[in-house]
Amino acid sequence: MNYKMMGRFIGKMLIVEAVFMIPALLISLSGSEYNAVFGFGVSLLLTLLAAGILLLAGRGSKKKFYAREGLVCVGLSWAILGLLGALPFYISGEIPDFVDAFFEIVSGFTTTGASILTEIEGLSKGIIYWRSFSHWLGGMGVLVFLLAITSAGGGDNGFTMHLLRAESPGPNVGKLVPKMKKTARILYLLYIALTVLNVIFLLAGGMPVFDAVCTAFGTAGTGGFGIKNDSIAGYSPYIQNVCTVFMLLFGVNFSCYYLLLLKQFKNVLRDEELKLYLGLAAGSILLITLNLRGFYPTLGETVRHAAFQVSSIMTTTGFATTDFDLWPAFSKTILFGLMIVGASAGSTGGGFKCGRALLVIKSLRRSVRKVIHPEKVQVVRSNGHPVDEKILQNVNAYLAAYAIITLLSFLLISVDGFSMMTNLSAVVACFNNIGPGFEAVGPTCNFAGFSWFSKLVLILDMLAGRLEIFPILILFSRSTWKRR
Amino acid sequence: MKIIIAGDGKMGATLTRQLSAEGYDLTLIDANLMALESSEERYDIMVVQGNCASMEVLEQAGIGEADLLIAVTGADEINLLCCMTAHGMNPALHTIARVRNPEYSDQIYKMRDMFALSMTVNPEKQAAVEMERLLKYPGFLKRDTFAQGRVEIVELRISADSRLCNVALNDMNNIVKCKILVCAVLRNGTAIAPDGNFVLREGDRIFVTAAARELTLLLKNLGVITHKVKRVILCGGGRVSYYLAKLLHRSGIDVHIIERNAERCLQLAAILPEADIIQGDASSQFLLEKEGITDCDALVTLTGLDELNMIISLYGTSCGVPQVITKLGRMDNTNILGNLSIGSIISPKELCSNTIVRYVRAMKNQTGAALTVHTIADGQAEAMEFVVEEGTRYLGRPLKELHLKKNVLVACITKGAAQEIPNGDSHFEQGDTVIIVTNGKKGIYQLNDIFE
Repeated sequence: MNYKMMGRFIGKMLIVEAVFMIPALLISLSGSEYNAVFGFGVSLLLTLLAAGILLLAGRGSKKKFYAREGLVCVGLSWAILGLLGALPFYISGEIPDFVDAFFEIVSGFTTTGASILTEIEGLSKGIIYWRSFSHWLGGMGVLVFLLAITSAGGGDNGFTMHLLRAESPGPNVGKLVPKMKKTARILYLLYIALTVLNVIFLLAGGMPVFDAVCTAFGTAGTGGFGIKNDSIAGYSPYIQNVCTVFMLLFGVNFSCYYLLLLKQFKNVLRDEELKLYLGLAAGSILLITLNLRGFYPTLGETVRHAAFQVSSIMTTTGFATTDFDLWPAFSKTILFGLMIVGASAGSTGGGFKCGRALLVIKSLRRSVRKVIHPEKVQVVRSNGHPVDEKILQNVNAYLAAYAIITLLSFLLISVDGFSMMTNLSAVVACFNNIGPGFEAVGPTCNFAGFSWFSKLVLILDMLAGRLEIFPILILFSRSTWKRR
Repeated sequence: MKIIIAGDGKMGATLTRQLSAEGYDLTLIDANLMALESSEERYDIMVVQGNCASMEVLEQAGIGEADLLIAVTGADEINLLCCMTAHGMNPALHTIARVRNPEYSDQIYKMRDMFALSMTVNPEKQAAVEMERLLKYPGFLKRDTFAQGRVEIVELRISADSRLCNVALNDMNNIVKCKILVCAVLRNGTAIAPDGNFVLREGDRIFVTAAARELTLLLKNLGVITHKVKRVILCGGGRVSYYLAKLLHRSGIDVHIIERNAERCLQLAAILPEADIIQGDASSQFLLEKEGITDCDALVTLTGLDELNMIISLYGTSCGVPQVITKLGRMDNTNILGNLSIGSIISPKELCSNTIVRYVRAMKNQTGAALTVHTIADGQAEAMEFVVEEGTRYLGRPLKELHLKKNVLVACITKGAAQEIPNGDSHFEQGDTVIIVTNGKKGIYQLNDIFE
């Protein structure tokens, strides 16, 4: 294993993190929140120190870097990103328990939005900003950001592909253009443009600037940390609708936007995953609206709440305008299903991904047909192109890993004594990077009641969910650390 | 610059390695997903799976914005069709096709015009030409030509009984008695840029710049016996054999080709009436002895298996064949082979890839681009030829006053018909041809890039 190179890589990533702490520090300074200033100041220095040590230790590294190093790097980077990102919360004393602070920031970076805080409005502005900003950085991925600004060590090396694959979710991630650096830049430019657009729309609805920026960060990363105790419920219907639309937009595969820029409208319209994604959203909204008849005073309000909750849950954002835990069982079950399916591949959203679900269903259909007609040779197609068997195998393996991890985490956290629905939805909400679940972890409640052991399990779930399982799983595999 | 490479085989992979190291935007097309994935893992490139002659696939690979298409799939016809289709889709596109069927080789110039190809390459033919040049000067492992054939960089191995063994470079001129410059030494697989105090040891491979007309003198003073090659055994009757036999016959050299496949032997006998075609297994020592390996002047191993070529060459050297040439098709790693006595190593794909890289560089930089580029020292160093132009800096200033980048060596300056091995007092004048040797990592595209 090329530890030196990994050290250098993680060191560079930490410098990015440190630089992004500066705005939070300035916001704290301007608000005269001295605890937070102290927290950010010390964290910044510590992060830079860690980066310096890693960069020094990684001097003169060899260029050899393979898939294994790439994946381990991703897993470690995210764990370290969380550990150092938790420092401002802890040092400023606003979240006195370190496991809580770690949980909160991992929830932020993985764009989960599950919180252990009961009282958000009491936090200082700098801390709220850092919390929301972690969504934005985690949404497109800090390593992709690193790829966009540096050559990340190996200029002509292909290993960067693994970094993109790990951070950019989906069964079959490819580059948009031949050069990784350019691909990462295009992704981030699209991301920044959409975020700015979101801020403008929110400002137009009369939202204060700070609220608009933080809410846009939460929406863009499909994270879901609100800056109010009641999430988005207190804002005007216009702002809620803006959020609905933008959450849906950020749940679309970003390569679709790139194709739109290239004026390849046909390819976008024909995209099966996009069709499934929008179809599922529309169908769910319709069914929930029907199911909620009489729950809210007007039809308009029903549709607004249904649409908001559906797009929030499906894109794995986790904002809420109403306590959907009070909804009838049918609507809740639909939401639960959407939690698992998740957003599109190549978006900032989490979950199993529509694209994967599509492939699982198609290969299942093939298997069923094979039983009836064993001699028939069948090829699974996606967007009219045959899908390679290897991708199908990976998708099925992913499904298995996904199910096993869900069940195992479910078992591990049930020792805390909450109800089964609480535990299951807590695991699903964390693993799919959504945030709120049902019952004791519902939209009006939080994760504070869990023991630190359960919190650690959920932290791992969040990381595994964000990085698509394997970069985290391999950290626990003995063969990873064996000498070649 | 955007380049599309169609075909991710031996040739495609070599090109990808060289071109991606130079920072171009590469897209690879191949039907085989496995090959593509392994390339994608190694290099920063994009891959497209499919048939490279299909318009849909070319569209997907971004043919509209591409500057150059290089078609190097296994089939000549696909390469040609691919280039023609692509050119139709994007008339501004440069196209390079690999065409290696001997039946097309006579009409290739006409085809180039008819199909609007920018260049065609034929690795096997190029390899044969290279081998013929080596056979003309036994004693050199490799020869690279510059300045229209007036200057060469030749590779020599220092054996234990060589006159140069344990000699410092400063004292070398007393032995060779002609003006040469050692521009790189390959010791234990690592290239070294030597200074005057560097002492040559047994097993070193040295790369020497010399005027072409002094090569004979150099060999004579080194005590390497030069004798004219009269009888050559070629093992394997593939395309390289065919081209080489043709070339050798033209120089009046007697050629024996040993080929296993009876059908191929018949074909060869039909198209090469002047050569002796022997049907049999070239790995059989009995057969080789019967064909007179002990008294032939050169042995060239050209079968399709690298391992077999190496074994036969080893056997040939042990039989005392004065000159042995080994063709390697697949192997990248020639530095582990440096210590084996298998004579000169020729890799058709490397030769051809170098030609294409040269074209790409010239395309990128129309003015001031290198005229020729050769990789030497197992790819660890590069020798480039530039013309000194009006815009070249420091014209007329002696070299000792200039600050050259580290690991950059001015190996030769050609002024008109005269060649000068440079020293501190040498200087550049407009119209000179200059040969620069670098370690290839500096990104030198123009002559001015060599200055700090």
